[in-house]
Amino acid sequence: MEHIVIIGNGVSGVTAARHIRKLSDKKITIISSETSHFFSRTALMYIYMGHMKFENTKPYEDWFWSKNRIELKQARVASIDTKNKNLNLENSESFSYDKLIIAAGSKPNKFGWSGQDLNGVMGMYHKQDLESLEKYAPNNKVCKRAVIVGGGLIGIELAEMLHSRNIPVTFLVREKSFWNGVLPDQESEMINQEIIDNHIDLRLGVNLKEIKSDEKGQVKSIVIAETGEEIECNVVGLTAGVSPNIKFVKSSEIESNRGVLVNRSLETNIKDVYAIGDCAEQREAIGQRRPIEAVWYTGRMMGETVAQTICGNPTEYRPGHWFNSAKFIDIEYQTYGWVWAKPRENEARFFWKHKDGKKAIHLSFDKDSKEFIGINAFGIRMRHEFFDKVLTEKKSVIHVLQHLADANFDPEFYKQYEQEIISKFNKAHGTNIQAKKKSWKRIFSKA
Amino acid sequence: MKVIKNIGLVLSLIGFAIFTASMFIGTNNVSEETFNNWASQKVKSEFFIEKAKQDIVGKELTAYQLSSKIIDIAKQSNEFQKSKDEIAWEKIIHIKWNKTYKDFVYPLVRASATGWVVQNQGFFFFLTFGLAILGGLLFFGADYQLLGPPGIKNNGIFQHSATNRGILGMVAFVFFVGFYMLLYFFPNYLINPILSVNGVSKSLSGNESSQWFLYGFMYCAVMTVFAVRMFIKYRHNNYQIVRTLVVLFFQIAFAFLIPEILVAFNKPWFDFKNAWPLNYSFFFDWNINSLIENGNMGIFMLVWGIILTLVIIPVMVYFYGKRWYCSWVCGCGGLAETLGDPYRQLSSKSLFSWKVERWLIHGVLVFATLMTALTLYTYFAEIESWKEVAFGLSAYDIQSSYGFLIGSIFSGVIGTGFYPILGNRVWCRFGCPLAAYMGLVQRFKSRFRITTNGGQCISCGNCSTYCEQGIDVRSYAQKGENIVRSSCVGCGVCSAVCPRGVLKLENGPEKGRINPTQVLLGNDVDLLELMNEK
Repeated sequence: MEHIVIIGNGVSGVTAARHIRKLSDKKITIISSETSHFFSRTALMYIYMGHMKFENTKPYEDWFWSKNRIELKQARVASIDTKNKNLNLENSESFSYDKLIIAAGSKPNKFGWSGQDLNGVMGMYHKQDLESLEKYAPNNKVCKRAVIVGGGLIGIELAEMLHSRNIPVTFLVREKSFWNGVLPDQESEMINQEIIDNHIDLRLGVNLKEIKSDEKGQVKSIVIAETGEEIECNVVGLTAGVSPNIKFVKSSEIESNRGVLVNRSLETNIKDVYAIGDCAEQREAIGQRRPIEAVWYTGRMMGETVAQTICGNPTEYRPGHWFNSAKFIDIEYQTYGWVWAKPRENEARFFWKHKDGKKAIHLSFDKDSKEFIGINAFGIRMRHEFFDKVLTEKKSVIHVLQHLADANFDPEFYKQYEQEIISKFNKAHGTNIQAKKKSWKRIFSKA
Repeated sequence: MKVIKNIGLVLSLIGFAIFTASMFIGTNNVSEETFNNWASQKVKSEFFIEKAKQDIVGKELTAYQLSSKIIDIAKQSNEFQKSKDEIAWEKIIHIKWNKTYKDFVYPLVRASATGWVVQNQGFFFFLTFGLAILGGLLFFGADYQLLGPPGIKNNGIFQHSATNRGILGMVAFVFFVGFYMLLYFFPNYLINPILSVNGVSKSLSGNESSQWFLYGFMYCAVMTVFAVRMFIKYRHNNYQIVRTLVVLFFQIAFAFLIPEILVAFNKPWFDFKNAWPLNYSFFFDWNINSLIENGNMGIFMLVWGIILTLVIIPVMVYFYGKRWYCSWVCGCGGLAETLGDPYRQLSSKSLFSWKVERWLIHGVLVFATLMTALTLYTYFAEIESWKEVAFGLSAYDIQSSYGFLIGSIFSGVIGTGFYPILGNRVWCRFGCPLAAYMGLVQRFKSRFRITTNGGQCISCGNCSTYCEQGIDVRSYAQKGENIVRSSCVGCGVCSAVCPRGVLKLENGPEKGRINPTQVLLGNDVDLLELMNEK
């Protein structure tokens, strides 16, 4: 029986395993050193915040794996011998495979700051990071202040986590505004405000110079590069992005750049070796996408795709329209299509923000043809199917606005803002768009 | 604000302490007249009456002493009767722990209560309910500030002893179960608590308060205080606010005030929203007779009850799912959604409990239906309810064992008492026959579903964790499948706690309600080709 070995039990690897099992009878082994069972990494924050227990973050009960004949091995891979189709594990065991899927995910970036390996300095990526946080920041008596370096999604999540235990947080962001490389100015500004409203000490446009140690090798303070200001703290969170976790691949013949290089079928240069998820790098970027996308959803899609290929149905990875979502403390965010931080040549923009400062939408569309390009939605839930269809059918922004009620995914009895949004658009663009009433028929008719 | 919260907590605990302590204070003094009144209805044994007059009447006794004496004398009387050559069966006093105390002992203890509480009922009401309610409102009210900006703040729930089966949770569990045991089986020890609401009862219906009035009043008070907590916790979520308001209204108006007012007008006590088979005694002979004897009003109630069960319930479930009842109208649901909300994360999501659940809940439905069929058969065939029908059992035997096992133990003691251990919808999930009935409609013929938003789920598990019905919502959401489950009561909390806006309760067209997906939205695999592969 063919033996499929998957390195990594994150969403990519586990999705691949599940789909291979759905489609075939092959022997499957998942190797991970992090935890014995798959858990949802995105939910780690909720464990610290007390919303869930670790048990609750496991999408499958523990019996699921043996019932589905998916073997789990807790070990760390040291190197890959592609000639003999063998893995060398760190406990010096060797482990053979017929087909190998590398789904090892990423690791937090460290930029060689002095003191970056002190006790009390951590990323927020692995289960072990959470344990370390629980050790160094169990409450605001042990941890008088925490400093977070890096203004992205993990940074704000870590800030929210510490804030939930009333630990004062200083949040250092290199850009002039939060996540401004991805979010347009208006949205970015709105999130700045949300951070400040939650009494988090947000510092924009600053870099970390160094982390200072006390006599026991634990964090004592940090110094800001621009101002030289020293901030006393007991914990430093390094959340300046992630990069592919592929050190163990580098010594093999598998070609890699920042990530493991793959073609559209997620194959590496070596036969029977595939790479998916955060650690995979497309040789040629797909559409407007980046070659490496460290996103939950893309990892899952790659897992679905590679399973097809391995089970005798060669399939190219063709992610559909871009979508993503996040939550910035209390503000939910969804994006469909493309809304670049800086508008491109052909783009026109429309921004609406509710007066409470917690809800906004940002539309991007072609200046001339009015074709809809993308939307950012904040504090209003939007229907994925709706935007997927609109993008596929290349509908105009006018169509989108007319049918905004169909797109709304907020719970019942929520206030609707379609009228307000449309009348603002009409005023700004001299149009006369009328909102159509919500139609179940349109919503549930499959294209 | 923290200070106000703590003051609230202290006040409320004082109220509870006084309430609890009052069970152990006060004495009973049975007067000749009280005794004769009671004995003329309850006993035929001269032995009992004579002995009791000696041992009980005119003596200062605690409720416990009085109760044990009555039982002792009853036992002696039975022995005496049985020692005779010809036993006078009508003089035997039937002693059964779950019946004797509430039917036999309680009326005498209630009528003979003396002491400070009896003299100061109004002030005692303030010391117990007054302090507990005021304290509760301050305690939860302070959260308006303390929780920070509106939004889901389940912070620390799994780190707190009260909400994660810790010591405080166990204390609450023992308190709840203890209270239910006393309420259902030993109300003779709850005389002072019952007296605390005597004034309210008299002003509503003109009657003295009973243990059921105490329960009804407590129910409303507890729900009101915890509804305030809901309003604050979910103040960003209109669905939760409207739903909590409506379920509170139905409890106070339909389950509490209207029945009491009916009684004040000499009509039968009737809860217009309580549908069969949850209201299992609706088709019992005594209920039907009492309704029929009550003229037009009674006939209307009888017809209404039948229409509610046969027409309104299925039609409403077809359009809106069973949530319209379970989370918006039902009293059991109302308590679960208010008092029970802090415990919702404790319900088990394992496949094993789902299996248990399906056997149990449908078993109860079958049991309730058979019992009702038998009751109606004996009613129309004019067979006395105590006469044996089959297997040595009478309709009355079946009714009373259902009442004991399901009506008291399952729905009360376990259903509510176990909130701090098994989550807040133990009864609704495992036992309620009405939920099972509506669930069948909801699963197979309804427009209701929980929609999942394309491929947006990150499998974080908040939805499953906070599902009080133990549905593994995530397992559907991560597949992009709509959730069509007979147990879903549509509380809407999965949607509220989802950090990615993936879930929404919808009543759309029936077509396409069940949508198994091969590959999630976002991945452009050729679906047709995939299907052909199969």
